[in-house]
Amino acid sequence: MSLAVKASQAPFPHRHLLGIEGLSAAEIVTLLDLSEDAAKLGRQIDKKRDDLRGRTLINLFFEASTRTQSSFELAGKRLGADVMNMAIPTSSVQKGETLIDTAVTLNAMRPDLLVVRHHAAGAVELLSQKVDCSVINAGDGSHEHPTQALLDALTIRRHKGRIEGLIVAICGDIMHSRVARSNILLLNTLGARVRVVAPSTLLASGIERLGVEVYTSMWEGLIDADIVMMLRLQKERMVSSLIPSQREYFHFFGLDYDKLACAKPDALIMHPGPMNRGVEIDSNVADDQRSVIREQVEMGVAVRIAVLQALARHLPNQ
Amino acid sequence: MNTMQASTQDQRAPSRPFALVNARLIDPFSGLDQTGGVLIVDGKIADVGPHITEDAVGNADIGDCSGCVLAPGIIDMLVSAGEPGQEHRETLATASRAAAAGGVTTIVCVPNTEPVIDDVALVDFILRRARDTALVNVLPMAAMTKGLLGEEMSEIGLLHDAGAIAFAHGKTSIASARVMRNVLAYAKDFGALIVHHLEDASLSKDGVMNEGEVATRLGLRGVPSAAETIVLERDIRLVELTGGRYHAAQISCRASLDVIRAAKAQGLPVTCGVSINHLALNENDIGPYRTFFKMKPPLRAEDDRRAMIEGVASGDIDVIVSAHDPRGAEGKRRPFAEAADGAVGLETLLAAALRLYHNGEVELHQLLQAMTANPAKLLGLKSGRLAKGAPADLMVVDLATPWMVEPELLRSKSKNTPFVGARFEGRALLTLVAGRLVYNYAD
Repeated sequence: MSLAVKASQAPFPHRHLLGIEGLSAAEIVTLLDLSEDAAKLGRQIDKKRDDLRGRTLINLFFEASTRTQSSFELAGKRLGADVMNMAIPTSSVQKGETLIDTAVTLNAMRPDLLVVRHHAAGAVELLSQKVDCSVINAGDGSHEHPTQALLDALTIRRHKGRIEGLIVAICGDIMHSRVARSNILLLNTLGARVRVVAPSTLLASGIERLGVEVYTSMWEGLIDADIVMMLRLQKERMVSSLIPSQREYFHFFGLDYDKLACAKPDALIMHPGPMNRGVEIDSNVADDQRSVIREQVEMGVAVRIAVLQALARHLPNQ
Repeated sequence: MNTMQASTQDQRAPSRPFALVNARLIDPFSGLDQTGGVLIVDGKIADVGPHITEDAVGNADIGDCSGCVLAPGIIDMLVSAGEPGQEHRETLATASRAAAAGGVTTIVCVPNTEPVIDDVALVDFILRRARDTALVNVLPMAAMTKGLLGEEMSEIGLLHDAGAIAFAHGKTSIASARVMRNVLAYAKDFGALIVHHLEDASLSKDGVMNEGEVATRLGLRGVPSAAETIVLERDIRLVELTGGRYHAAQISCRASLDVIRAAKAQGLPVTCGVSINHLALNENDIGPYRTFFKMKPPLRAEDDRRAMIEGVASGDIDVIVSAHDPRGAEGKRRPFAEAADGAVGLETLLAAALRLYHNGEVELHQLLQAMTANPAKLLGLKSGRLAKGAPADLMVVDLATPWMVEPELLRSKSKNTPFVGARFEGRALLTLVAGRLVYNYAD
């Protein structure tokens, strides 16, 4: 893999991690290599380091999250930071404060790292312009979710030894998925062949211009796939008449053994979680030995440790 | 009528090869028009052409069709057959007998039944009932949206797999452009055809006939032709956006024809149909509030009727349908504004269409194409052609037989024909479905 120059020594030059867009292949590989070390750390008895000793990390989640928020919290704590979780129901947003006011208020508390999830695309970048600390995008609307893409890539690389040349089928609600967008960007940057598979109503307009092959049939889209990456289907999609029903969706787009048989025999099954068993994925397939869904969660912590470490090198010292 | 049924029953499923010879073979699908015959074996066309003569087919049974046209049976893309829920108006059995008597070998049924055909079990029901009771092929369309409410998409993929031949919306248009877009985009993934009724409900509200002088004189509220054209234009923009296959169930006015022509010139997957009523009749026929002439879309002005004929002649209108819609006295014997919409048409479709041929307005080939080859292509059927291996769905037509429409003799359960007392020239003499004789005029 020509892109995979051993770049681990190259410093990560960005102050924020707002998206995969704008990251070079070398920078992504740097983060993945760092994550590999963090994964080892996570399997030791003593998981504690002091890279972020004395630093403050605020988890600012305007949208509910379990695994992303908790893994950032754990990552921060393992690196020795003080971690504060800002819960949405009690936040000032409910009282009418604007996003920027919230940012300015938090900035006054002098945090070093701000992890932000927001339901509006672009909100995290907007916030990053108003604060002095490093900002990590933990998901902004349907735009990007960079740490998810990194943890997916790490999981793939650990199993397949490479990213380049792999056929990755991303299946499901492409239109509304920030996970899909970040993954498309990252996997393309590292030289994978990316496919998206969805009914036309859940494909985003012009998606083919993002360098993916578009399929509206799972049976065709999964042919020879090395990686089958399922996306979560939100219930609202049926009310808004984008798809007819859960049973029809599962029949044509749910990952079951029949469709999985089109993929390579050793294809990895992935899902960013939380899963709707019986909607986008058959329950047995989710628990199949080819499924790496639980490992994705473990790698989530490792990637977030790596991202915090990389950004910490740019934090001002006094 | 009972005699006819009995004898057609007797002649079902001939085991021996069967040949129709000395006919004028007309197959719009291939352009064939010459004297010859068709050899039928096991319900399929085993051979066709000038070489099929009495001497050439060995021990096959022979039907002599001298002086008659032998053509593919009619595929009628817009039929309301009453089942389920309106069996007092029509059943698949009675509709299929009416069809057979009109040379129609395949009927495509609308989903606005009670309950609405929006579930795979109901598609299955229609197919089973048809298999058990119908003389002709019955192809159900399913609803595009659940309950035909225009809000949530129906299970288009599962319905398609269950045998729904296309997706329609009854006698209403989907009001929401967003829903229509989603339906077109989603149906495209399954190659499913969308058949849409064109009527902007807010414009047609309270209207009971074509808007204009005649309505004004009669003191009836009108429906402007724009109610149709607006929906058509919107839909075509959505076809452009989604690439979905779209068929306007019926157009009725010149402005709509112009819109269709423009869409076709643009290369969009757009087709359209017209009902025989809008080719044969106009708003003046309503006369003294005759409710058998009340329908949706309403009968239009004479210029619109002329446009519909031009459209068929030029091929811009792809399909002619009966728009068969049986209505009982309870619906029709009312003041015009309160009467039900719709007219039966299965038995009169061919004869009324032949008027256009006899008048020199549309060539026979073009006329038959719009009722056989074109619907077959749109629906992806193997029938609708005289070709080896195709199902032997055929009609033998005498172009000259004079006859008069006597409503009490119609096979349809409902007698609401606007062609009451009409004198026609030409009709089906024999109708065969999968090689079985299902209608014989001589009976």
